[in-house]
Amino acid sequence: MNIQEIIKKLPYSKPFLFVDNILEVNDEFIRGEYTFKPDEYFYNGHFKDNPITPGVILTECMAQIGMACFGIYLLKGEWSEHSWSIAMTSNQIDFLKPVFPGERVRVHANKVYFRFNKLKCDVEMYNADEIVVAKGIVAGMAFKK
Amino acid sequence: MLVLSLKNITSYLELLVPEFMTKEELLSKLKNIITPYVQNQEGLNSLNENTDFIKDLEINSANLVDVVLDVEDEFDIEIDNESMEKMLTVKASLEIIESKLSAK
Repeated sequence: MNIQEIIKKLPYSKPFLFVDNILEVNDEFIRGEYTFKPDEYFYNGHFKDNPITPGVILTECMAQIGMACFGIYLLKGEWSEHSWSIAMTSNQIDFLKPVFPGERVRVHANKVYFRFNKLKCDVEMYNADEIVVAKGIVAGMAFKK
Repeated sequence: MLVLSLKNITSYLELLVPEFMTKEELLSKLKNIITPYVQNQEGLNSLNENTDFIKDLEINSANLVDVVLDVEDEFDIEIDNESMEKMLTVKASLEIIESKLSAK
């Protein structure tokens, strides 16, 4: 599967799409990146006069790359937006550094297992200085509609 | 005089066939596996052969996958898609585990 086709197949759109690019993907891992634009909607309220990317958004970004994009790849052409839906089923993430407006992050997800349409990965998010800003485990599932 | 109680026969079989397990042992191992994923404690307290994982224990489909993977690890067997789809009750699961164990 062509790498850029994966992003087109995602079931998200702005303002809730947090993938710009897939850098590399194979049966064992995926690497992708996203730049948090300074005008993202959530910076207005998180926090008042002190914009920092919310942890739930970092988790979402890791899940969109490490679950959704990776899962679409692993389903090997079976995936289509019309006949499948997806859900994050669990996560456990530690947040180590803040991510500010305008920062680019890179997500690396390693497959723990992909069985019976459930994908579980170890994930890490790095900032532009290659420092880990968040890491943990995410799991999600694809369902036939 | 040799008196074979049921217990003696069981331990003899365990020596002969390492994988041999009584139904009670299988059920107790299965119960340990499913316990962390159960949302309905009452269902777990009254666990029996007819217990349905989704209806009676409120285990969701994502955790059902974890149950199956934990069963694979515990019994060192492989569950295929077809068996996975049938593993919705205690009875069906025990039958599948027993048949996979005997095929080892």
